[in-house]
Amino acid sequence: MKFGVVTFPGSNCDEDMIYTLGTLLGQKVERLWHKDTGLKGVDFVVLPGGFSYGDYLRSGAIARFSPIMQEVIAHGQRGGYVMGVCNGFQILCETPLLEGALLHNNTQKFICKNVFLKPVSKTAPISKSLDSGKAYKIPIAHGEGRFFAPDDMLKSIYDNDQVIFQYCDETGNVTDAANPNGALNNIAGITNKTKNVFGMMPHPERAADTNLGNTDGKLIFESILANI
Amino acid sequence: MSSKVSSLATVEQAQELGLRPEEFDKIKEILGRTPNFTELSVYSVMWSEHCSYKNSIKWLKTLPKDGPHMLVKAGEENAGLVDVGDGVGCAFKIESHNHPSALEPYQGAATGVGGINRDIFTMGARPVAQLNSLRFGELDKARTKWLVKGVVKGIGDYGNAFGIPIIGGEVFFDKCYNTNPLVNAFSAGILEGKMISAKAKGPGNPVYIVGSATGKDGIAGAAFASKDLTAESAADLPAVQVGDPFQEKLLLEATLELAKTDAIVGMQDMGAAGITCSTTEMSAGGGVGMDIDLDKVPTRQENMKDWEILLSESQERMLVVIHKGKEKIVEAIFKKWDLHAVQIGVVTEGGTVNYFMHGEKVASVPAHSLVLGGGAPVYEREYKEPAYFQQYKKFKIESVKQPDDLKKVAMQLMKSPNIASKRWIYEQYDSMVGTNTMTTNRPADAGIVNLKGSNRALAMTVDCNSRYVNADPEVGTQIAVSEAARNLVCSGAVPSAVTNCLNFGNPYNPECYWQFVGAIKGMGKACLKFETPVTGGNVSFYNQTKVDGKEEPVFPTPTIGMIGVIKDKSKIMTLDFKTKGDLIFLVGESKDDISSSEYLVSYHGINESPAPYFDLDKEYAMQDTIKGLIDKKLINAAHDCADGGLFTTLIEMAIPNKLGFDIVTDSEVREDAFLFGEAQGRVIVGVSEAQEDEFIEFMMKQKTPYTLLGHVTKGKICVDENQFGFLDDFRTVYDNSLAEALA
Repeated sequence: MKFGVVTFPGSNCDEDMIYTLGTLLGQKVERLWHKDTGLKGVDFVVLPGGFSYGDYLRSGAIARFSPIMQEVIAHGQRGGYVMGVCNGFQILCETPLLEGALLHNNTQKFICKNVFLKPVSKTAPISKSLDSGKAYKIPIAHGEGRFFAPDDMLKSIYDNDQVIFQYCDETGNVTDAANPNGALNNIAGITNKTKNVFGMMPHPERAADTNLGNTDGKLIFESILANI
Repeated sequence: MSSKVSSLATVEQAQELGLRPEEFDKIKEILGRTPNFTELSVYSVMWSEHCSYKNSIKWLKTLPKDGPHMLVKAGEENAGLVDVGDGVGCAFKIESHNHPSALEPYQGAATGVGGINRDIFTMGARPVAQLNSLRFGELDKARTKWLVKGVVKGIGDYGNAFGIPIIGGEVFFDKCYNTNPLVNAFSAGILEGKMISAKAKGPGNPVYIVGSATGKDGIAGAAFASKDLTAESAADLPAVQVGDPFQEKLLLEATLELAKTDAIVGMQDMGAAGITCSTTEMSAGGGVGMDIDLDKVPTRQENMKDWEILLSESQERMLVVIHKGKEKIVEAIFKKWDLHAVQIGVVTEGGTVNYFMHGEKVASVPAHSLVLGGGAPVYEREYKEPAYFQQYKKFKIESVKQPDDLKKVAMQLMKSPNIASKRWIYEQYDSMVGTNTMTTNRPADAGIVNLKGSNRALAMTVDCNSRYVNADPEVGTQIAVSEAARNLVCSGAVPSAVTNCLNFGNPYNPECYWQFVGAIKGMGKACLKFETPVTGGNVSFYNQTKVDGKEEPVFPTPTIGMIGVIKDKSKIMTLDFKTKGDLIFLVGESKDDISSSEYLVSYHGINESPAPYFDLDKEYAMQDTIKGLIDKKLINAAHDCADGGLFTTLIEMAIPNKLGFDIVTDSEVREDAFLFGEAQGRVIVGVSEAQEDEFIEFMMKQKTPYTLLGHVTKGKICVDENQFGFLDDFRTVYDNSLAEALA
């Protein structure tokens, strides 16, 4: 399994993702550049967090048109693995790879803090090996993270077991108070119908190093590695 | 001079630009002729307080600036550079952006963040963490709320997109800051490879401008920052710059990539006074001159005048001098990052910087004559002790009646915006990007940055209780340095070096200047004691406002930014109580002292009292004791007693793990002073049952006194057997008061 982490101008979690996958999880990692027109033979593409192209327009709206994204979209549509975290999730929602949209937080403010996640999908590799009775402590850091989808789309997302994480409290209860940004049904991340593309607002790579006192995020990557 | 246009400047124009008539005479003497308007503009910004330090340098030179770990001393480069061990160099600095933030809080604060980070990466260091120190007026004022929201959003939007975490800071509210808030931004970076100098060398070498295009924003911002803030200042709005964190992020990556090549001679960021400052300072630094062609500068709008290009403070730009023949390397790197890199000139022999436009020489100035340490004026200002100083000292604690219900006092203090959690602010900042922030899940008295691949970590803090400094500049500033050191020591670090941000009133007001002189004396003394040299920083005078013709200065606020080194990550100390039953000790002395405390000011409404109890030698000895306790692993929590006193400290230690405490006070000390007084030199520590015997054995050998206060409970809060309620009651108030006050 070879991972590829894309750097867009304005990406700022690319190095964190490379460190987590390469150093902490011992995986092979290639750096991919936004102007690249090939994927260097990687099996699993990761779109990291940040502010691609400044994100002065709607987040992810410009990145979606970059040369590398045409390759990533084709890769995902062929069944190749793609994961987007934070800005990466926002970019994926601008492409045909993931449904829904990420709106401004209902607080109208950027929010950075630890939140808790409840794993939902039993069929997606990213959540399959996690304990649905446990609350995983993972940080968020975003201004536009409120997941939204129209009713019929939401129904189909549920019908296909595509919700991977919901915001919950520290004991695992999915409540309004535990919803940091007003996301529909507390949705923090989704997958596509074929379960090879994953998007999530929280940052598992920020909770993977023992030096930082929280390794719940590492369990999410380990679930991916165990199931692909 | 062969200039065709530019009529000669007049003394009236000089005064309009903020120069004094005698300074205009000095310029004429230096040039041997009358300057034209463009040249006058150049002198006016370079000799402004902001660039020249003309009213402060005499005293700044008295600060200790050498230490065993200094790689670059104060004033030599853009920021100080400290060896943090294992061959790792750390560049760090703090800077103010007070005046722009007063007028346009969002852009003012944002560009402050941009500027301080450029100071760090222009040296070839990658910023790893930021702190900020903010001061605002009374929170019930609409203007204050507007300023708080704008400043916080500005800092957040810029820092979050730039991608460097904000891992700590301080916020303080007082009416003296009603019109003139203080926005001090700190950044620290780790050198990647070799340091980049800010000196131009080698006649014939090309000079490049890189980064953003030049526009009319922020023209003469430096001169603006050196003027009093008045109601009319809002009309100066074009003097506030506009920030673009995306460009800054690209500039960071391109710069650090360039630093790894052999192409670069020197580089300086364009902050105050833009092209003028960077070209003249780099030339003066290397003892050379430059010929600069202003036509080649990429501009955002047509028909910019020469002086507009020279003085523009458009953000996210750098001046780079490279080795001749390496042009292609530089151009390729900047092309990769989609940034401008345009040769605008060449290094010349001799010390003169010539600026050309439309084929004509528009200005010609000797670089050395413009800069600090060169021809820039140096003044000795008069100072006079203000009457209030002795008046404040007359305060007696006996004049204050102890309230009957101390639980009510405790609750009211929790609610004070100076004590309550600053969560509403810091949750708008990305505090974790970079995956090095060690204090997210393990809170400590200082922000701690993991140095990946090493057993070391870097600790940092910003501190200044300006109320103490106002009450007694010399002692108050010693306290600021001591508190910074105390915070580092409590987190397990050894203090290493200091950067300062000196926010004061009008230096031409002898009473303001007395505060400045006192603060510098106090800082020097304390920095010598803690062996923390001052590596640089920034002076911001004129922090005051004219109300009905009367000058009202802000509290003198010498913010101390301090870094420290943790040699062994396994010995990082956290501040939270760990388990029910752990013992709670006070290390240091309790004093019958409530002077300048938040309690005295916000509960009793008494503003006139001296600085709280402080003894530099005892403080140092106490901190040494804490170092020993941490090194020998004899405590499991440490938190310093600061604003709000001992009770606030205990609540802050109890909150993270939702515990409580049961303590007894000291019959020798008034109960209100014991709980809420802010006497210095005290730290609260948590001791587990297993550590207790060795802890006591160690403490018996120390000079620093210690007292058993009580023990950690499951959530109940009890003082001298009086029930104060449960932690949750205090936590709710502590956590939410600031958000409620801002609503």
